[in-house]
Amino acid sequence: MANQQPTTGNPKVDIEYRRKKNAEEMRYQVVTFTLMIFLTLIAFAAVGFGDLSKWFTVPFILLLAVVQVIFQLYYFMHMSHKGHEAPALFLYSGALVGFVTVLAFVTIVWW
Amino acid sequence: MHAEEKMTNETWPASPEKATLEAKNKFLGFWFFLGGETVLFASLFATYLALKDKVPTGDHYLAKDLFEMPLVFLMTMLLLTSSLTSVYAMYHMKNFAFKKMQLWLGITVLLGLTFLGLEIYEFNHYVHEYNHTFTSSAFGSAFYTLVGFHGAHVAFGLLWIISLMIRNAKRGLSLYNAPKFYVASLYWHFIDVVWVFIFTVVYLMGMVG
Repeated sequence: MANQQPTTGNPKVDIEYRRKKNAEEMRYQVVTFTLMIFLTLIAFAAVGFGDLSKWFTVPFILLLAVVQVIFQLYYFMHMSHKGHEAPALFLYSGALVGFVTVLAFVTIVWW
Repeated sequence: MHAEEKMTNETWPASPEKATLEAKNKFLGFWFFLGGETVLFASLFATYLALKDKVPTGDHYLAKDLFEMPLVFLMTMLLLTSSLTSVYAMYHMKNFAFKKMQLWLGITVLLGLTFLGLEIYEFNHYVHEYNHTFTSSAFGSAFYTLVGFHGAHVAFGLLWIISLMIRNAKRGLSLYNAPKFYVASLYWHFIDVVWVFIFTVVYLMGMVG
């Protein structure tokens, strides 16, 4: 697996470059966190204050949850970085089996 | 690169969590485990959805009578924030700042402990005020299995992170323990991923009816 950041052969320059890169990534992480808080607030508000129909609210908050989880996986868990092809395969396979399980239980198994 | 070698700012690699063969294997193996965990939690969610509000007699409390928004909201914020603090810990790990990493991991642990305390309070409240127990109904069994399994993951994650912090307190960062910290933080994020679905599917959808 190749290093994500190039090396110049001069350790001092590399360190400064990497520190800057890391600090920049950390700023994106904080932005991601803010968005996640925002999505959570919308979901709670939709249920707590919104006088909305159940048929709108449920799919809406599920969608918000999926978006938030994508943020978590791709930013907090670094799946957007290189070298995450196998993790993506594992996780999506798990998610697919999980989705089919949930689908079966809420549609055909119990009734 | 030798795993136990004493590292300096200059020799610390850009991706210390994947710098050795053992680290690469650990990284891959752990993601495989997380794929399996996804299936495990999905089957518990499926069971919960099928058995939600399935109670034997009319005098049992249902989801919409039990759940209270302020407590769930507070627990959600605590766990979400602890996810960010563990990102900070890994940020300092990549910068070879051991003390700062330990500090942020410590904050993560405190937030996690508070979350767990609130969950214990919540379960205790349901059992004593509402008589909603593991054996009172199929709904109760499914609820406590799903949410309790998540709580057990939180407890295990806390023990894991605390063990790593104590065991490596005097060692400092090396290529031997950096992957261990990284994988523990992945686990912690995964716990938050599961909680996002729990607060949405169990609590918010429960309050909707």
